[in-house]
Amino acid sequence: MQTEDMKLDGSAIGGMMLELFGREMTTAVSTCRSCGASGPLAVVDVYVQAPGTVVRCRTCESVLMKIVRGPDRTWIDFSGVRVIELES
Amino acid sequence: MEGTAVLGRLTWQVAQVTETRQETRRVKTIALDLDDWRGHRAGQHVDVRLTAEDGYQAERSYSIASAPEQGLELTVERLDDGEVSPYLVDELRNGDGLEIRGPIGGYFVWEARDMRPVFLAAGGSGVVPLMAIIRHRIAVGSSTPMRLLYSSRSLDDVIYRVELDQVAANDNGIEIVHTLTRAQPEGWSGYSRRIDNDMLREVAWSPSESPSVFVCGATRFVEAVAEGLVGLGYDPRSIKTERYGGTGG
Repeated sequence: MQTEDMKLDGSAIGGMMLELFGREMTTAVSTCRSCGASGPLAVVDVYVQAPGTVVRCRTCESVLMKIVRGPDRTWIDFSGVRVIELES
Repeated sequence: MEGTAVLGRLTWQVAQVTETRQETRRVKTIALDLDDWRGHRAGQHVDVRLTAEDGYQAERSYSIASAPEQGLELTVERLDDGEVSPYLVDELRNGDGLEIRGPIGGYFVWEARDMRPVFLAAGGSGVVPLMAIIRHRIAVGSSTPMRLLYSSRSLDDVIYRVELDQVAANDNGIEIVHTLTRAQPEGWSGYSRRIDNDMLREVAWSPSESPSVFVCGATRFVEAVAEGLVGLGYDPRSIKTERYGGTGG
């Protein structure tokens, strides 16, 4: 398997986000803190082979989020995201 | 009870297997029944979770193959080194329970009210969510023009081959174009190479018709098709992509 094949879409974390946030999150629009690119969370690069899940901007490859799940809690680092826009 | 129903959609629930169908040598369709299934949209997926006797769990995402009007069916390709797909394809039987979560996704979704012509490009089992779109279009009697360009290794690897032949023969505004990249039967008159820019130019709608596009397949396939279409003058925002194949199945 090649490293490139380990790259997934935001849809790969859609189920986890649905469980954590209680709503469909792949259509939420995030803005990258590093380059300012914005788009739906379906259109990001997701790497799941790390101990946690790493989400990168598809434009500049900066880390948008890191998500680590433990047996009874979850840690979410959103520090690479400037804004998340949700439909209300 | 309403609260319970909402929670059901958000977390894992156990579906019953009602039918399995062999599609190709490596691919099976699994029909599922759930007490609390609120329906899905064409293009969405579900997560499937397996738990081993020692408690080890593995989760994978699988596209929904059925139209929203047809209940819940998944089509799964067996990946030899996979943790989940060999069990789903080889071991799962009618009446078995399967933990699923979903439906999930709102981006890679086609709505029948969208009247733009649709161009679908599939690599291998990337055809699954696109089949849900085609089936949905037929189920609701939409007349939106659709074209599917479907890349398979050989004719035996074409998933939904009989149904796609019927769809194409019915001449209802859905065109199916195959390309067979590794082996072609004798007398094959279709494409016999990987999708390239010349093929896209011949098969895809003209950008002037403002088509909507859904591309699903392996990363390299999806990127090649998307870049090719942008090169033809497609608006990048009209191209929705979904990649698979990275999670070891």
